[in-house]
Amino acid sequence: MSSATDAPRASFRLSQLIYDTRYRSITIQVIALILLIAAFWWLINNTVQNLAMLGKDFDFSFLGARAGYDINQMLIPYDNSMTHGRAALVGILNTLLVAFMGCVTATVIGVFVGVLRLSKNWVVSRLMAVYVEGFRNVPLLLWIVLIFALMTESTPQPRDFREGGSASLLFGDSVAITNRGVFIPMPTWGDGAAILGIVLVVSLIAAFLYRRYAKKVLFDTGRLLPMTWPALAIAIVPTVLVYLAFSFTTGGVRMQLMGAEATEGQSVAAYAEANGPLSVCMPEGTIKLNMQRMLRANDIRYTEKDFATEEGAVQAFRNGACNLVSVPAASVAAFTEGTDLAVAPLAETSPRGKPLEFEKPVLGGFNFEGGVQVRNSLIALWLALSLYTGAFIAEIVRAGILSVSKGQSEAAFALGLRPNRTMNLIILPQALRVIIPPLISQFLNLTKNSSLAIAVGYMDVRATLGGITINQTGRELEGMLLLGMFYLTLSLVISGAMNVYNSSTRLKER
Amino acid sequence: MERQSNQEEVNMKRTVFLGALALSGLVAGAAAAATLDDVKARGKVNCGVTTGLVGFAAPDANGKWEGFDVAICRAVAAAIFGDQEKVEFVPTTGQTRFTALASGEVDLLARNTTNTFSRDVDLKFEFMPTNYYDGQGFMIPKALGVTSAKDLDGATVCIQTGTTTELNLADFFRANNISYEPVPIETNAEAQQQYLAGACDVYTTDASGLAATRATFENPGDHVILPEIISKEPLAPLVRHGDNDWGDLVRWTVYALIAAEEYGVTSENVKEMAASAGSNPEINRLLGTEGDLGAMLGLGKDWAVNAIAANGNYGEIFEANIGESTPIGLARGLNAQWTDGGLMYSPPFR
Repeated sequence: MSSATDAPRASFRLSQLIYDTRYRSITIQVIALILLIAAFWWLINNTVQNLAMLGKDFDFSFLGARAGYDINQMLIPYDNSMTHGRAALVGILNTLLVAFMGCVTATVIGVFVGVLRLSKNWVVSRLMAVYVEGFRNVPLLLWIVLIFALMTESTPQPRDFREGGSASLLFGDSVAITNRGVFIPMPTWGDGAAILGIVLVVSLIAAFLYRRYAKKVLFDTGRLLPMTWPALAIAIVPTVLVYLAFSFTTGGVRMQLMGAEATEGQSVAAYAEANGPLSVCMPEGTIKLNMQRMLRANDIRYTEKDFATEEGAVQAFRNGACNLVSVPAASVAAFTEGTDLAVAPLAETSPRGKPLEFEKPVLGGFNFEGGVQVRNSLIALWLALSLYTGAFIAEIVRAGILSVSKGQSEAAFALGLRPNRTMNLIILPQALRVIIPPLISQFLNLTKNSSLAIAVGYMDVRATLGGITINQTGRELEGMLLLGMFYLTLSLVISGAMNVYNSSTRLKER
Repeated sequence: MERQSNQEEVNMKRTVFLGALALSGLVAGAAAAATLDDVKARGKVNCGVTTGLVGFAAPDANGKWEGFDVAICRAVAAAIFGDQEKVEFVPTTGQTRFTALASGEVDLLARNTTNTFSRDVDLKFEFMPTNYYDGQGFMIPKALGVTSAKDLDGATVCIQTGTTTELNLADFFRANNISYEPVPIETNAEAQQQYLAGACDVYTTDASGLAATRATFENPGDHVILPEIISKEPLAPLVRHGDNDWGDLVRWTVYALIAAEEYGVTSENVKEMAASAGSNPEINRLLGTEGDLGAMLGLGKDWAVNAIAANGNYGEIFEANIGESTPIGLARGLNAQWTDGGLMYSPPFR
């Protein structure tokens, strides 16, 4: 035992860094690190030096400068007097929109096609194989350009929708497919919309809780409660009832059109002739929608001043901002007495409106007005991204299903489970473990591929911050850095969120 | 000398690490300070042009580039090499052009580019003499019955992104308090396709560009260019900041073309006039029969002779590519010589 203490004390020599295997690996790593740092330092230094030689500095203040350009698709208010930073934000939201729509659609297509490709029906499985191979093996850019070209070249122009033109609106005059995009009705909120929304959310939660309860009863007692229909009824019926209740109460109230300096009972057409150009104070929502419909039906030209609330519109009317406003028919007397202005009710009234109404697109001077314009650039990008990524997801889903041993479904059938239950309860939960990790990278691919928007002029963040802003300000380096950081952050967020989901479906090991 | 050694240092570094560097464009840009030497070593001028705008720069049926802007590139090549074919044409879009020039991908950008303060000062470019005084206009199908740009409320407008026209358009509609829907597009060809398909009601760009585009339509008469010109667009070639010698060379080549028209030197008579000194000392200095202006630019005595012989003087280039005898049919207007009431004015060659 004493010999252990007599061992020579190992003194550290420099040569050990290379010849001693205990230290060598550390030495190599340290050298590699130093080289890496040196390389980065060189890159950065070189950039700084060259920027200095070009007389350029490194500065992000351009984000606060006036942008000066317009963007056609805006999810938040924006005009050309706002900043480059705001324009970048508009672009970011457009990127997020197309990425989100694409991910959802691609997943639906992928699951659907992936399952059908395993169908025993020869025609169905071959059709799905053709779809998958066709989209997977042709570059995405070609699909984007092809769909965009089809949308622009084969659909009618807005002017073809005029009387005598070759095109007409679909679905009861509410949808117009044109070469500038698809115009669909826009939901407009009226009185009671908030309550309607709350009722809908509450009943959705109730439906969800019912399903949980039914599942618990099934697992505890083996009794199978009906699931789909009761859940659907719980989700929908209360909302419909509330909607009908509001429609028949406040929805029936008439709004009386009031004109400054008008004679009582005058028609709006006669008023327009007597008092010159009309400007109308309108609150947001269905009141405005119904006033517009009424004025349009009377073929009246007017300018519109928008206010957030009814009080705001009335107040502005009192201050002389416009010469027409509408008030509830019941409070006309109070309204005329409460002001020194010469105000009189006109002949026209319009309904106050239901909690939810749809504003249909109407053909205006050059283009359709009202409704929502889903631009061809968005449609082409969205469809192409979804179909392309959907083909990959289909293969992932197919692989996931095939990875579940055949014995599992045979056992399920032996227990007497029907095929759809076997799929939902036995196969898919096991397949998900295999499907989700590669699915994450498909979502990331789709999100990053959305920058191919450049091919069809979709105004995503690459087009605003990475395109026009860089071009107008000459801040290539800063712009590209910001753009790279945005995509990096977005990808990390997506994969983080998906990883949480992944760990919830993972095989629980105890 | 200080600058020179600094330059070599950068050059050396460049050769070591170029490939790894995402910013290599910037490195190459800074390293190309002695542009004329690089051009001579390379044996050709890299010239940025538009992706295709008939009359200004477009490849013909045989793939040979021709046009008003192309002629500037060819004149510069002829001045340096005595051969107008020693040009590599690099097609650029409105968005890629400045990066191409700043990074050194092209030596010279002759791509109907508007001279503005911020491009000159902030983007660090050097604008050459204006070769076309233009303004932004609107083209619209006659069938729509619009006679003034102020009636365009609610119209869908095709616009090339990354241009001054984009900003002018926003300003114009804002000032007149009318709304529009911009359709961003990358190239003139794309705009033409979208406009003809009716995906936009209006196409807006420089009036000369509109005329050139309309000339290629099947029925040019079905489209009108509205009377409003909403901006000043002095179109000029440009080079990078920082190499004044190269800037001087391009600048005086353009001036030589303008001066040649003023003094009646044409592609036909230039060789003859350059054979011996004539009676006008200004022409003699221009054509190198007196003094040696070429050497001051680092070029041969006959630099201007070659530049003029390539495609003719300014007037000849204008007439051959965009003038009234061509389908584009632009009048000289502001682009006439100052002696004819225009703005084309070359400083003296002295």
